[in-house]
Amino acid sequence: MSNVSLDANDSSVTENQPQDNNRRRFLTVATSVVGGVGVAGAAIPFIGSWNPSVKARAAGADVEADISKIEPGQLIRVIWRSKPVWITRRTPELLESLTKIDDLLKDPNSEEDQQPEFARNSYRSIKAEYSVLVGICTHLGCSPQHLKDGAFEEYVEGVPEGFHCPCHGSKFDMAGRVFNNVPAPLNLVVPPYMYLDDNTILIGSEEGAA
Amino acid sequence: MFKNLMDWIEYRLPIMRVANMHAIQYPAPRNMNFWYVFGFLATIVLVNQIVTGVWLTMSFEPSAERAFASVEYIMRDVEYGWILRYMHSTGASAFFIVVYLHMFRGMIYGSYQKPRELLWLFGMFIYLALMAEAFMGYVLPWGQMSYWGAQVIVSLFSAIPVIGPDLVIWIQGDYVISGATLNRFFALHVIALPLVIVILVFLHIVALHEVGSNNPDGTDVKRKKGSLTEAEKTKFKIHEYYTDKYDIIDDIVPFFPHIVLKDLVAFSLFLIAFCYIMFFNPGMGGYFLEHPNFEIANPLKTPEHIFPVWYFTPFYAILKAVPHKLGGVICMFAAIVALALLPWIDRGRVKSWRYRCGLHRWNLIVFAGVFIFLGYLGGTPQEAWKIIASQILTIMYFGFFFLLWIYSKNERTKPVPARITG
Amino acid sequence: MKKLILVLAFLLPNAVFAAGGGAHLDTADYDLTDKASLQNGAKIFQNYCLGCHQMQYQRYQRAFEDLGIPVELGQENLQFTGEKPGEYIKNGMPADAAAKWFGAPPPDLTLVARVRGADWLYTYLRTFYVDESRPFGVNNLVFPEVGMPHVLQELQGVPRKTTEEHMVDGEMVERYVGIKSDGTGELSPEEYDSAVLDLVNYLVYTGEPSRLESESIGRWVIIFLLVFFVLIYLLKKDYWRDVH
Repeated sequence: MSNVSLDANDSSVTENQPQDNNRRRFLTVATSVVGGVGVAGAAIPFIGSWNPSVKARAAGADVEADISKIEPGQLIRVIWRSKPVWITRRTPELLESLTKIDDLLKDPNSEEDQQPEFARNSYRSIKAEYSVLVGICTHLGCSPQHLKDGAFEEYVEGVPEGFHCPCHGSKFDMAGRVFNNVPAPLNLVVPPYMYLDDNTILIGSEEGAA
Repeated sequence: MFKNLMDWIEYRLPIMRVANMHAIQYPAPRNMNFWYVFGFLATIVLVNQIVTGVWLTMSFEPSAERAFASVEYIMRDVEYGWILRYMHSTGASAFFIVVYLHMFRGMIYGSYQKPRELLWLFGMFIYLALMAEAFMGYVLPWGQMSYWGAQVIVSLFSAIPVIGPDLVIWIQGDYVISGATLNRFFALHVIALPLVIVILVFLHIVALHEVGSNNPDGTDVKRKKGSLTEAEKTKFKIHEYYTDKYDIIDDIVPFFPHIVLKDLVAFSLFLIAFCYIMFFNPGMGGYFLEHPNFEIANPLKTPEHIFPVWYFTPFYAILKAVPHKLGGVICMFAAIVALALLPWIDRGRVKSWRYRCGLHRWNLIVFAGVFIFLGYLGGTPQEAWKIIASQILTIMYFGFFFLLWIYSKNERTKPVPARITG
Repeated sequence: MKKLILVLAFLLPNAVFAAGGGAHLDTADYDLTDKASLQNGAKIFQNYCLGCHQMQYQRYQRAFEDLGIPVELGQENLQFTGEKPGEYIKNGMPADAAAKWFGAPPPDLTLVARVRGADWLYTYLRTFYVDESRPFGVNNLVFPEVGMPHVLQELQGVPRKTTEEHMVDGEMVERYVGIKSDGTGELSPEEYDSAVLDLVNYLVYTGEPSRLESESIGRWVIIFLLVFFVLIYLLKKDYWRDVH
């Protein structure tokens, strides 16, 4: 019934010590390794459960936006992965002004990896007219305000329109490029997006990557 | 370098001293058999419940509107959420399986007798806290059995004279079981009761190590200082805490590695059974997860048959056996109190059933049978014969304690061996 | 000895409680690995059940993935409401109106197989019979006074209780022998049973979508634990050999 009687019948008691020690050492290492693997395996569900759930992923699915109703100069907000995404229809005058302020900007040519490859251009967009930006400041995550019709002049002289972050005063132009001497280190993020047709943008996927 | 760091810490916090005293160099009788693994297993299950419980809390929503849906959210949408939930639900039943076996071990080997009365009492308090914990946890998924089970159990308090009905409303926080009840049960289940249980387990172990472990012979391995020759003393390294006060006879093994390895063997077998249930049959045919509980709580529709989960059914049968509301509640609580009073009901001096009279052996076996049969009666639909059967079994349940009290006074016992056998 | 007691400890409550039962139920021999059956079950659910019953905890996309249905195909053929694939399987029926029409709102069916059991569902869906005294003209053997019409009648045909006359102790006695369709349904009796089994299979799946994954992980876990058991047992024996 007890283990001791089992051991009494064990012929290996007569084996000499060094062999025993080897056997014991081997068993100790093997058991520890297997036990360690077991603990690691048991940790998988606990670690895995912190990943975005199906619900979060369903909510983070690609979002379609209808751009046919946007007036020139207007900004609309779309929610994608619980984050505000700004779609702006930029006027030709505005687009022209964007080319003249390079020396006020930290990263005018979008060299930092803040946008898909297709948006590494001066307008940071597929079509120059429509800008698509994630409306989250790259400093500490507040959502900047859209200031237009000269309201932005208060912050940057000679630039009538832009984004100003109320939290710590970071400033961005209408292509989401960050100005010099503000806490935000990087341009605003351009999300992956593509045109489904002339009037519809799909935010979340880019052409060819799906 | 590393040794210096360890010494620096040890000087300020006695980690190694405590580990040596209570684990590595703790003397354990070498004849502790498989009945002695359930305490270890209960500790493991407690850890499992706490860890999986913390993780479930991350996704569970304690409100009447969202509780049921959030459990399904865990089961479907959270990555591996179903494993976490089944670990927790299987763990709840496993907890009671090992605790019942642990308690029965204490009964057959007389582990509750002097000087382990307080140890036994702490164990009974753990058992009580565990029942409250399990009951409140069962309410949280907010299924039909959660709701109606809570309804029945909370209604027990209405049997208390004068204040009963008001007390029930106070416990519920509403005129019926409601979201308010769910929220307070959630708070108690995830914070208050686990804290109480962990503290009680700590006290249980401290009390155990103060008096030492019992064993199947009931022969004490600690002898009066100076009463043993060097040859009779154990050759194992034992902590001075024990050797300063006593001579430790050569019938012990150190807790580490000998007992730990033995416990781990049992643990691996336990895990195989546990994982088999968890992965292949987590509902255990409706006994670990009751079928009606997969239907959301509906205050307008009582399920056809209401039973508590299997681990409560013996006491539920006693409750139903008594044809008087207050009487039933009193009998049910008396059944637990009687267990707690075992150290004083048993007037015998010999601990283990190995060396006690034949009647004692039979009394224990019949008691175990009565407990299981009561569980069956409490967990199946009411029938006429079952009422009579549960009444007879209730009498037999209390008869165990009465008989024990009578025959233990002048019991004819066998001589207890001076040294541990086998 | 130890193992025996451990095994007994686990089996005992089950063995003791296993007694008892109810009305006779036919065994639903469902197979969660049969994707074709599950897909057919899903199709039947979408066409005949979803009108009244929802699956508010089951997402389309999860069902598509688990049943091996490409998302686009699934959206075209199974998802009539045109929402995103991540949506729950719901209908637009307002619960209050439903309660008025049927006496109680039709229950959600995501977990119905876990509440009722596969056998019950399989028998229930095959034991509707004509009973003019009921509001919907049908009654059910395992769910007497059922408050639901026989929606699968289109498939089964009109089911009637049939009796045969038998000689018992010299008297003619009518004895119930089963439910027979009048043959106006789209399916033969065998095809109907098989279609119902597919539906039950699908309902068992939605009750616990993780079932198959659970069993495949479980097998590896148990093999791993057996290896651990052997090692720890040998190690324990090695240490205890010194104890006389």
